[in-house]
Amino acid sequence: MLQQSARDFLNRQAPVKHLRSLRDAGGSKGFSREVWAEMSALGWPAMAIPEEYDGLGFGFTGMGIVLQETGRTLTPCPLLSSAMMAAAAIVHAGDDAQKSTLLPGIASGEALVTLAFDEHTHHRPGQVAATAKRTAGGFCISGHKRFVLDGAMSDQLIVSARTDDRVPDGRGISLFIVPATASGITITPCQVLDTHVLADITLDDVRLPAAALLGAENEGLAILEYALDAGRIGQSAELLGVALEAFERSIAYLKERKQFGVPIGSFQALQHRAAVLFGELELCKSLVLNALHRLDSDANEIAATASMTKAKVVETASKATAEAIQWHGGIGMTDDFDIGFFYKRARILETMLGDRYFHLDRFARQHGY
Amino acid sequence: MTQPKDFRTQGRAWLENNCPADMRSPLQTEADLCWGGRRFRFQSADQETWLRNMAEKGWTAPGWPREYGGGGLDQEHLKILQEEMHRIGARAPLYSFGISMIGPALLKYGSEKLKQQHLPPIVRGEIRWAQGYSEPNAGSDLASLQARLEDRGDHYVLNGSKIWTSYGDLGDWMFCLVRSDSEAPKHGGISLVLFDMATPGVSTRPIRLISGKSPFTETFFDNARVEKDQVVGELNNGWTVAKYLLTHEREMIGGSGLRPSGEEPLGRIAARVLGLESGQLANPMLRGDIARLEIDSEALGLTMQRARDEVKAGASLGATSSVFKYIGTELNMRRQELLMAIHGLASLDWSGPDSAAGRLPRAWLRSRGNSIEGGTSEIQLNIIAKHILGLP
Repeated sequence: MLQQSARDFLNRQAPVKHLRSLRDAGGSKGFSREVWAEMSALGWPAMAIPEEYDGLGFGFTGMGIVLQETGRTLTPCPLLSSAMMAAAAIVHAGDDAQKSTLLPGIASGEALVTLAFDEHTHHRPGQVAATAKRTAGGFCISGHKRFVLDGAMSDQLIVSARTDDRVPDGRGISLFIVPATASGITITPCQVLDTHVLADITLDDVRLPAAALLGAENEGLAILEYALDAGRIGQSAELLGVALEAFERSIAYLKERKQFGVPIGSFQALQHRAAVLFGELELCKSLVLNALHRLDSDANEIAATASMTKAKVVETASKATAEAIQWHGGIGMTDDFDIGFFYKRARILETMLGDRYFHLDRFARQHGY
Repeated sequence: MTQPKDFRTQGRAWLENNCPADMRSPLQTEADLCWGGRRFRFQSADQETWLRNMAEKGWTAPGWPREYGGGGLDQEHLKILQEEMHRIGARAPLYSFGISMIGPALLKYGSEKLKQQHLPPIVRGEIRWAQGYSEPNAGSDLASLQARLEDRGDHYVLNGSKIWTSYGDLGDWMFCLVRSDSEAPKHGGISLVLFDMATPGVSTRPIRLISGKSPFTETFFDNARVEKDQVVGELNNGWTVAKYLLTHEREMIGGSGLRPSGEEPLGRIAARVLGLESGQLANPMLRGDIARLEIDSEALGLTMQRARDEVKAGASLGATSSVFKYIGTELNMRRQELLMAIHGLASLDWSGPDSAAGRLPRAWLRSRGNSIEGGTSEIQLNIIAKHILGLP
């Protein structure tokens, strides 16, 4: 029911055409505030937030179903950054004051919060050069965060910074809740290849009260990894939607496009590739469902599940969207035709929060080899 | 039916009391598999006890109706039983084409007489079944089969031959696809018949494979008598039954893509055999391929479970079984390739004292057949393309 109503809404209000018009308008901030307001009215950002903080308390499984649908229509929106990842970090590690200040706003969609953690050209959340030094009243943060999801549209940032540089990887990192308007912050938008907008953020002696610390000092990496894993699972749901839609559109095309006097879908060379891909997509559906259930029930053991899921879904989605272009032939390469947008979106989702190689490596490490 | 929670408690206690300790360890060799049947010799008293105990409970075929000796469990209870067996590492009490193939076909298409006659001995592991499908000139094009069934008034006689009969020399009864009407269109003149392999005129000859073993035979019929009441479904309507039976075979074969119960994960085998440097396998290429396989295998397990949750207990998965057959066999072949790579030069040892009679290279060679038997990978992909994707 949720899936059908999400699909109906998105097909009506924000189909692929919507993404195209955002792109064509230029100077976009990455997503439409109007569409976001309507999504918020449907309760989507409230889904994974507990009822006591004005959420719906449905958990992540419902959120995953919606993300799969936004994947099908490629609708840009801050569900993943704010309502899934930032919300996960705050629900998991926030104190009462932080929860009651931030969560109701995230749930209503009026406030946007995002995680700012990447500093390198590759996803390495444990390698943090940004520093947070103790001051009389709290902390003073300096550093440079890159490729921040919805960073130019968010009201609050959750920033990772080193609070103890004497300890090696893993510990000594803390998370801070930082207003995007704080003095010392410079935010530069960076448009990526399908009109989504990331942000480059510098923090120059940003002064924060002690209450800005999220979770225990020096223990921020574990919280961050949990929120990132929630995000990776959410991304996988979205990617699955991207891949399924590209696949279904392509199968329809194989039945309709004629060459040599017959539908090209009658050629075994294409039939077998389609059949192989169908099987891979079935595997991905199971992985995504499993990961969402695990995230709702067993959040402490989520790392291997998240990496397993993302590694496989990325590989399949990348193949499905590339095959989609090939099966469409020349028209698949044109900007006028929508199928190329799926290929682009898949690449962004793959590269953010760790690509397939990152997650294969992490999966192997989690399993002791 | 017992409440799921109580069923788990009771099942756990029953398994605790009835599964011998020796039957809770991983299978060492193929000889540890219990196939039952007239000619089967138990490896140990524990192996026999475990079969008897489970058969008495109907849990060798836990999803079958009680009236035919099965366990009468629905999907939810079946899953609990599987989980509880998995928890203590219990071996399957019985490997049986009776349970995985002909049984489901009898339940759906068989006469009451055939069900009463054949199902209870299958549950008890008393009769081992062989499959008579392929012929020398009917492989992927199975429906072109020529083994001829003739009506002789009060009985039929069968002439012709079959090939690739799994363990044909150990089978007690055969379910066999035959041409019962040579005038009818290709798919319309086929019947599925049952007969005792001890019937005069039935003989077998082993086929030696590249693995050096002979798990298959050719089977010959020379005026072999088939009783009139041993036709499954209606005469000349055997193709429908055959296709249904194949979906069960394919689902079963698909299970070969999962890590065998009680066996170490591949990554752990690699770590043990090759050792680790800084906590990782030294060769990153091999490590990546192992991780990919483990992920795919886990995903297949989740998908087979999802499919079972979506169909009623015992119902056919239809064309979806082709997805599992294709993926499962491809995964087992990848797994065997990786096991060879992990063991390096030692994987070449065919008969040395440390080679467990060449277990590794023989399993590797045998696995090449996985994507051929039970319908080739190409046939499965045809089925998926036509019947699931609706391609012309």
